[in-house]
Amino acid sequence: MSEAPFIRFTEVTKVFSRPDGKGTFAAVERLSFDIAKGEVVAVLGKTGCGKSTMFNLLAGLIEPTSGAVNIAGHAPFDEFNHFRGKIGIVFQNDRLMPWRTALDNVMLGLQILDKDPKESEEIARRWLARLGLSGHENDYPHALSGGMRQRVSIARAFAVEPEILMCDEPFSSLDEMTARDLRAEFLRLVKQDGKTAVFITHHINEAMDVGDRVLVFHRPARIAYEARMDGDARNAGREAIQAEILKVLSLEAPVAHP
Amino acid sequence: MWSNPQFKQFYQATIGTLVLVAAWQIASFFFPHYLFPPVQAILARTVSILINWPELKQVLETAARIFAGLTGAFLLGCLVALVIGRSPKIESYITPLLVFLQGIPALSWVIIAIIWFHGTEFRIFFIMVITTLPAFTFQILDAYRSMSKDLFEMTMSFRPSARILFRVLIVPTIVPGILTAWKVNLGNAARVVVVAELVGATGGVGYELLRQQQLFDMAGALAWTIQLVLFVLVVQQVIVMVERWLLRYRPVSERAS
Repeated sequence: MSEAPFIRFTEVTKVFSRPDGKGTFAAVERLSFDIAKGEVVAVLGKTGCGKSTMFNLLAGLIEPTSGAVNIAGHAPFDEFNHFRGKIGIVFQNDRLMPWRTALDNVMLGLQILDKDPKESEEIARRWLARLGLSGHENDYPHALSGGMRQRVSIARAFAVEPEILMCDEPFSSLDEMTARDLRAEFLRLVKQDGKTAVFITHHINEAMDVGDRVLVFHRPARIAYEARMDGDARNAGREAIQAEILKVLSLEAPVAHP
Repeated sequence: MWSNPQFKQFYQATIGTLVLVAAWQIASFFFPHYLFPPVQAILARTVSILINWPELKQVLETAARIFAGLTGAFLLGCLVALVIGRSPKIESYITPLLVFLQGIPALSWVIIAIIWFHGTEFRIFFIMVITTLPAFTFQILDAYRSMSKDLFEMTMSFRPSARILFRVLIVPTIVPGILTAWKVNLGNAARVVVVAELVGATGGVGYELLRQQQLFDMAGALAWTIQLVLFVLVVQQVIVMVERWLLRYRPVSERAS
């Protein structure tokens, strides 16, 4: 008997009102997929295809219009507090609190979880050190480079030891070299701790490097292609998958903004 | 020395004050002293108030009234702003009321308070609160609304309780607005308290100003006014120092100096 999926989207639809108040549009329509525990899934798609809406549904920040989102038997929106400390999010921009030092920013989640302040500080220092930020504990965000700030935000997400990591294009605003280094660090940390992760990106190579599985979305957020990045897929089969993803993405018309 | 912006600011303020003092002194040579008393007479009266306990007590009484009124308005303003901020439906009921309150002159409130209340202190407290409440509320509400959606979502991703959300996000977000509100309202409160004391009190700077008017003593009137100005300047400076410390995380552009 196969193990029950850790994350399950069942026929999920999310409808929003149009900004001008005239009618509605579906950002996600009857989306269904499963993610196993410890799996890293990369979600790829063009801008406006509903990746971020799917992300917010999974984070429990918005409620599905219909269908069900389920993480280990619980609904992230309805059972919001059940997921305290269980989900860590790395956003596209670092979202550091400007009034907190790097150390205090990493401690934020731990503070919210009511961890002992001394223990929290130790954990935060350890994570900053792991991400190469020793010596910058007392720096305010404005004194850090973009790459350093994103490292702090990764440390903040990992520090609470979440079961699920969610990343919304976390390296898209960084230069290629910094993004490559951070991506490698991120993957090492995810694999080392056996986390389940959902990684949103619009870079094909990044999706193929990061994901155990790549889901390609078409608008409104439905799976147009799926590839498992195991065995031969990372080596000889890589080019074929890349070509297929490119083909699937090019089939979609450019987004007409609502 | 000139590169120090604080010194430069102090120097410029001193020059401005000295020009005003010199102009006054020149005027005192050409006009009767009951209209333009010499600067040394005003200074002597000012110092005498500061070293004479019964008179200094009057100044402190006024200062205490300003603080009490501002604290009351601040606490109430925070409460109203947060209620409006959390529930926009309530805003359409409360905002017109606050705008209406803002349009009523301080002097009208003085008359209303005298008719409504017996106790002098409560009258003044009421006037101070009611006249500064709208500004506090609007400024704190603006600060609350300027809260970053990104930071809110990020904080919510950790599932904080309402108490912790207030402590880790809302308070730091509204602190700059609170400090601005205190700076702006301090000057307003100093003006209102004088009017309130002038009409409805038996002590304080406003009452003393009324006495100087009855005695036709311009040096005294100016000396008492200077006490109030000095008080506002000192408190403003304290607020600026607190602000500099609390907002030390803000980057300062070299061009800004």
